[in-house]
This record gives sequence, structure tokens and C-alpha cells, in this order.
Amino acid sequence: MTENVDTTLAPKRVRPPSNWLSRLFESKQLGWIALALAVAIPFINATPYVLNVLTTAAIFVLLASGLNIVVGYCGLLDLGYIAFMAVGAYTAGIVSKAFELPLLFTVPVVLVMTILAGLIIGAPTLRLRSDYLAIVTLGFGEITRITANNLAITGGPSGIFGIPGILKIGDFDFQQPAVFYFVTVFVVAGMVLAAARLGKSRLGRAWRFVREDEDAAEAMGIHTYKVKLLAYIFGAIWGGIGGVLFAGHFSAVAPQSFIFLQSALVLMAVVLGGMGNTRGVVLGALVISLLPELLRDLAEYRYLAFGILLVIVMVFRPQGFWPARGYEPERVPTGDKEPAVAGGTK
Amino acid sequence: MMQLIWDGLFVGSFYALIALGYSMVYGIIKLLNFAHGDLYMLGAFIAFAVLSSLGGIPASLSIGALLVVLLLSMLLTGTAGVLIERFAYRPLRGAPRLAVLITAVGVSFSLEYGVAALAGPNPKAFPIRLEGEVFNLIGARVSLPQIVLMIIAGLLMIGLNSYIHNTSTGRAMRSIALDRNASLLMGINVNSVIARTFFIGSALAGAAGVMAGAYYGKIDFLMGFIIGLKAFTAAVIGGIGNIKGAMLGGLVLGFVEAFGAQWFGGQWRDVFAFAVLILFLTLRPTGILGERVTERV
Repeated sequence: MTENVDTTLAPKRVRPPSNWLSRLFESKQLGWIALALAVAIPFINATPYVLNVLTTAAIFVLLASGLNIVVGYCGLLDLGYIAFMAVGAYTAGIVSKAFELPLLFTVPVVLVMTILAGLIIGAPTLRLRSDYLAIVTLGFGEITRITANNLAITGGPSGIFGIPGILKIGDFDFQQPAVFYFVTVFVVAGMVLAAARLGKSRLGRAWRFVREDEDAAEAMGIHTYKVKLLAYIFGAIWGGIGGVLFAGHFSAVAPQSFIFLQSALVLMAVVLGGMGNTRGVVLGALVISLLPELLRDLAEYRYLAFGILLVIVMVFRPQGFWPARGYEPERVPTGDKEPAVAGGTK
Repeated sequence: MMQLIWDGLFVGSFYALIALGYSMVYGIIKLLNFAHGDLYMLGAFIAFAVLSSLGGIPASLSIGALLVVLLLSMLLTGTAGVLIERFAYRPLRGAPRLAVLITAVGVSFSLEYGVAALAGPNPKAFPIRLEGEVFNLIGARVSLPQIVLMIIAGLLMIGLNSYIHNTSTGRAMRSIALDRNASLLMGINVNSVIARTFFIGSALAGAAGVMAGAYYGKIDFLMGFIIGLKAFTAAVIGGIGNIKGAMLGGLVLGFVEAFGAQWFGGQWRDVFAFAVLILFLTLRPTGILGERVTERV
């Protein structure tokens, strides 16, 4: 028995994808192809505009893959996800300016702060019904923005600017746009891969079990509260790293970058791409972040279209455009391992 | 001191009016309607469109005109609520909670940016501005419009309360909230009652929107966002799903905000309200009047 609730789907899962498009999407090399493309683009066209757009898109991909852990794997709706990016960006900016450190060395502090933020919001609300979490995260996103807007340490409405670069070794500055783009691409690729691996781990199986049926998961011995909190904290870490990259990319952080609209856009990337499916989410994030650059004339109707699309997708294709296939890798019984008690292995 | 209490009472009655819709919908189908705050915004913009098309209105008629526009706007916002329920929420009634919540976010987004696309993204000045003399009432500065608006809000709430408790539709609503399938077996037309609930809740939000437009004089397409959050907070404070709780919660939140803004400064008003929300969810998630509900499998 798989964890997939609808067991009638089980025979389908071994059928190979039929058309060439799905075969391409399902191919094992897709990740490498995407990475090679991302690395190759600056060699074709390296105008500052293209680099800027691509770096922003890469950071957006990172955010979407982080939110995918929370929404896609664990089924918890987070409507204030951008707040974790804000916490990360502000922490990085403040620490690196105060101690004149390169941004890279602020990462440990950023991790601590984002995990704390995740605990503060997650701990009280994850025991309740999941809709409470949705609205509390919405409130948390607003609180973070308003607080940043009003505190002296965060620079008030004008924010922090003149943040030091990400790293400088001798004369080689990693802050040059092309170099920074490569740094971003590799960090993002690593984090996306990590998120995907996390989804396939024992913890990832527990997350999906909780998403499908929380009570059954609990009955099977999964500590649902702990598992949900972990999903939330992992999401926060991804957001915090995104914040560090954001601070490095713009060398400035201001409250208006962290409005609800941004959280909603990240959510749309996850939902439209296919919840729980890393490839779909990356594609969704690229579409959401690059489409506005291509369709500048339709700016007014863009968000309206996104909203309507969200409703339509949920009504007709609740798993997203490109949902995760509900199969597990075949597990070969080895015999020498003791049987797993909890976590989905039967 | 009296001033703070009066301010809290006034703002709180707005929150209560919006929280009622939230709470009713949640009580009956366990759905957090994120678009509820945007219906408040829609109500204000409908009134704006009607009043602008009428042209100038003499100041002596402004209260009367406001009442007519209020009713019209309630009717239209209510209809919008019914349509939203029909096309966005009803197809998903058996769907996982996550799908429904995301749909609600999508509806909210569509309303906000739909209005922004139609009316333009800049704030609009509301055509009717309620002006009235300010007088002293036991140490608080009170204006006539405030009293009129509070009376309207109070009447709407009393009307709703008696509707829910004294009519057969109200009884049907309460029974669906308890057990939808059993109500269906008892011959209640569940879909039509749920649609009616959406109509009433949305109409109340629309009424609050018109009143806020007339009182503050400025409307914009994102005005419903924060107020929707506050209304949810009010509903949670009072006990979500509980009609009297929503009213009480609105007033409590109004007081808390008025005093919080006084002590910590006005810019922390919203932060303070959400801090109260998180505190309540931690300590007493069922709210002041809520009963403990065990989740059934």
C-alpha cells in the first residue's frame, strides 16, 4: 500500500509518460539541463538588465521551493511567507553593516533569526486548525512589514542601504553582477535540490502523510505537531537564505519589498506549478517572475488574471498544473535492516 | 479616557459588522472567506460609482442619499457574495481545506485587482462626506455622523440577531452549522440557505464599507485587506462561528486598539491588534464566548 489515498491510481503509476513533453519533464537530466541553461545565458546575453531580471527570478525560485516545503509537502497554507525573507534580509543587512562583514558571514545569524521567527509563529498556531495558521501568517507578514517600517534599527520607511557585498577575496569582488548571478544560481540550485531530497526523505513522507490525512498520520505514530513545525522551520530557513541573496542583490532593503502581494505571488508560483512537485514549482516560479517582464503592457490586468487563474486551477485542477506523481521509489527489502516502525514504511 | 472608550466603541462597531459575516460563513460551512474584507471594499466602490454617476448631492440630503445608496450597495455586494459562493466555493465544498483556502485567496486577489483595473489604482475621494457638529458627551468628543453610523450598525446587528433566532431560515442556518447532512435529511435546502448566509454576510460587509467611505472620505482598492484581518481577529476574540461573540469581539478589539494606540503610539495599532490575535490563539483559541469543539473524524 502506498501513502497515496486513492489506491485505484496505483496501477497507473508505472506507465511511462506518453508524449515527448512529459517525457522531457520527467527525465532525470532535467535538473542538469536547467542548470546548464541558467549558467549559459550570461554567455549569450549579459546586459545588466538581463542579469538583474535573471538574478531576481533565481531568488524567486528559491522562495517558491521553500514555500513548497510548507504548502506543497505539508499542506499548511502560509500567506506571509515573504516575512521570512524580510527577517533574513534585514538581519543580514543590519549585521553586515554594523560589523562591516561580508554578507556571507551573516548566514549563521540569519538562520538563527529565521528559525526563531518560524518558532514564534508556528508554535502557537500549528496545534490549531490549519486555517488559523493561514490567517496568522497573513497577520505576521503585515506585523513584520509594519515593524520594519517603524523601528529605528531597520531604517524606517527608507530601509537599509549600502549593504556590503556578499564576499571579497583580495581584488576579486563577488558582487559584480555576472559573478553574483552565478553565485545565486548555484546557491539556488543547491537549495532546490536539497528541498527536493528533503521531500523524498522519511520526514518528507511524514509531511505528505500529514497533508493527506492528519488523523491517520497521528494514528500511525507520527508526531504531527513536531513534523508540521519542522516543515514550517525549513520553509523559514529557505526564506531567510532568499533574504540574504535579496540583500546582496539590491544592496538595500526596504519595507515596501515585503508587502502581501509578494507573498501571494510566491504562493501562486507554488500552486500553479503543482504543489509538492519541485520541477513544477521551479517552472511556476520562472513563469510568474519572468512573465511580467515579457508582458509589460498588460500590467494592470496581470494580478486580476493571476487571481482568476488561481480560482480556476483550484476548481478544475486542485493539484496544480503539474502535480507530483503519487509514486514512491520501489523499496527493495534488504533483510538486514530492522523494520521501520513509523514514517510511512509498511 | 472617555474619549478612548468612545473611539473604541465606534471603531469596534465597524469591526463587529464585518466580523459578523466572517463568523456566519465560518460557522455554517467552516470556510475562512479571505475575500470578506474585499467585499467591504466592493461595497464602498459600488456606492462610489452610484454616487458619482448621480452627480452632486446637496449637503442637506446627504444622510438620506447615504441611506438609499447603503441599501443599494448592500443588495449588490450581497449578490456578489452569492455569486462568489456559487462559482468559487461551491464546486470545492468537499475538497481539501488547502484548496478552498487558496481559492479564497484567489477570489480576494481577483476582487482587489478587478476593482483596481476598473476604477484605477489611486485612492478615490468619496462623494458624500458626513460632516456634523462635534459636541461633548461625558468628557468625550462625539460627532453626529458617528452617532448616526453607530445607530445604523446597531440596527443591522439587532436585525441579524433576530433573523437568526426567530425565522425559519435562521433556524435552518443554525441547524446546518450543527450538522449539514442531518439538515439535508430533514428537508432543508442546504445550498439555498448557504447562499443566503453569504448574501447576508456580504451585505453587512458592504454596508460597513459604505459607512467607512462616508466617514473617512477616502477609499482605495486595498482598504479591505487590513480590515478583513481585523475582523477575523474580532471573530476569533469573540469565538468564531458565534454571532454574539463576533459583536463582542469587535467591540473588545476596538477598545484594545484604542488603548493600545494611546499607550504605544498610533503606528503600532495594527501590530498590537495582531499580537492580541496570536495571544488569543495561544491561550484561548475558542474565544470569549466560544465553546470547545472537538474535531470529529
